[in-house]
Amino acid sequence: MPASDAIDMDVGAASRPRFRLRRSLGSLVRPSEAGLKASHFRRPWLAAGLVAPQLLILLFFFFIPTWKALSLAFVQVDPFGGTMIFVGLDNFTSLFSSPEYRDSAVLTLWFTVVQCFVTLFIAGLLAFATDQVMRGRAIYKGVILLPYAIAPAISGVLWAFLFNPTVGPLAQMLHDLGYAWDPNRRPFDALLLVSVAAIWKHICYDYIFLVAAFLAVPASVIEAAAIDGARPVRRFLTVTLPMAAPTIFFLIVMNFVYGLFETFGIIDTITHGGPAGSTNTLVYKVYQDGFRQLDLGSSAAQSVVLMAIAVLFTILQFRAVERKVNYQV
Amino acid sequence: MVERHVWLSVFCHVVLLIGAAAVCMPLYFAFVAGSLTVGEVQQVPFPLLPGDHFVENVVGAWNEGDFGQLYINSFIVTLGIVVGKLAVSIIAGFAVTYFRFPFRMTAFWLIFISLMLPVEVRIIPTYEAVADAGGPLRSFFSAIGLTGFLADTTGYELDAALQWNMVNSYSGLILPLIASASATFLFRQFFLTVPDELCEAAKLDGAGPLKFFRDVLLPLSSSNIAALSIILFLYGWNQYLWPLLFTTEKEMYTAMIGLKDLIPVADAQPAWNIAMAASFFVMAPPALVILLMQRWFTKGLVDSSK
Repeated sequence: MPASDAIDMDVGAASRPRFRLRRSLGSLVRPSEAGLKASHFRRPWLAAGLVAPQLLILLFFFFIPTWKALSLAFVQVDPFGGTMIFVGLDNFTSLFSSPEYRDSAVLTLWFTVVQCFVTLFIAGLLAFATDQVMRGRAIYKGVILLPYAIAPAISGVLWAFLFNPTVGPLAQMLHDLGYAWDPNRRPFDALLLVSVAAIWKHICYDYIFLVAAFLAVPASVIEAAAIDGARPVRRFLTVTLPMAAPTIFFLIVMNFVYGLFETFGIIDTITHGGPAGSTNTLVYKVYQDGFRQLDLGSSAAQSVVLMAIAVLFTILQFRAVERKVNYQV
Repeated sequence: MVERHVWLSVFCHVVLLIGAAAVCMPLYFAFVAGSLTVGEVQQVPFPLLPGDHFVENVVGAWNEGDFGQLYINSFIVTLGIVVGKLAVSIIAGFAVTYFRFPFRMTAFWLIFISLMLPVEVRIIPTYEAVADAGGPLRSFFSAIGLTGFLADTTGYELDAALQWNMVNSYSGLILPLIASASATFLFRQFFLTVPDELCEAAKLDGAGPLKFFRDVLLPLSSSNIAALSIILFLYGWNQYLWPLLFTTEKEMYTAMIGLKDLIPVADAQPAWNIAMAASFFVMAPPALVILLMQRWFTKGLVDSSK
């Protein structure tokens, strides 16, 4: 192996399981040892055979579809796939000037932000409580983790039933209290119902990570704070919480990703995007416009916008993971 | 150990009890609804105690939705995703960490980029790719002139041979969901932490790469494989959007889509008792996995986000 400073540095990086974005970007152009074991094999054909299945699957089901979405976004196609005209950025300009799309974007933003912070707050409260109690911890954990097993679609079905305006037990309670609950007609009720189902399903995820993060705070630090006279709540707010900050940042990113992309099943089983588009989030709208309205050009342009958002969140996610590794004791 | 406060303990137990109750409440009402008759489920106020028709409703829902077949479909698709993704990822991770070969970093980056775009944002083009998987090959071969050449010389219609429609097939349900690099990335990260001495020793003993992989790396990875397969099992079983798009025939539905079909629509008889009873056996496999393998599940979840 040729000995030079650059290569020594790369080998050093390789021995740690960390991923360096900037350095790896550079290595796209020059041959690099980044992420290669110091002790490795030289059998190029065998290696090619080993990566081939993954690359083939990605080619057919990732790169070609992504390329098609990108190219479709700049053309106008009729629903039967007959003719195709290049229209430049027309799909995007008509998309951004459409009030429906803007409503959907604003709605998605609200839904995602509220879902993200309510989930985080409840999960944080439960994780704090779990950290404090001695007895029954395993049982509480087991129960609170349960919704992770439940598909978003099933969570949607359960909540659709609970708040069904004619038979749902919780809807009946609201009616008894004098509130004219009806998610099939009232947009606010529909959005509230979708949010509750989404939060209920996702609390467990944040909870797992927060419990782990709070546990990871060294007992010595907590004891030092206790000796200094800090009471439990203050210890939590000034010691535990700041030490868990990287995890919290990571969870905020993940909650956004969940709210944006993974709530399709919930919306499809509860409201189908209605009433009057009040729960038609960006991902649901792509599906509606592409598969129901067959407006392929607009749907492709929407896909491209979502791709941009997804790339942004992936980068943020990597940032978050890096910070988590750096700060955790 | 630091001092304890009685009132704080009480408060925390109350919080946790409320949290646990909030988690169980929908499941409890679903169970109550699933144990009533159609008439009873519509009464006001809604009964708070379960009736005695639960088994009857479960059997009714199972037969009405033909869940025997749907369950088999769900298991085939889920196991296909778990086994397929693990197999493809572990060898790809092995190749990019343990081999020096041309374009190694290019291969790594091609795999890594796919982490960026979740399946949900490319619904329609992926649907097309699955409905016509031979399309890209057809355009490629006709672009290089092979199609015309074959037709002229041998009369063989290459275009006709390359028509693969994967809608309503297991591969159509499985392959697009394998096409993401999360597991490859996880294995790569793990392999980088494996001590170099193991590979040195294997080489000194004359072991080739495949023997090293089978006898050293695979046993070392077993706990990662176990944790990851649980996460992938939940992921596969709970898929909703793909089966919804890719299955148009009832025999190919997964259990999740079968459940969706049982949700009462506006004008029909509100048979929520059947839908709720069905939701129990549709969520049973992943729930059992989580309850019985909680330790592996937590490890898998935390690992796969690193």
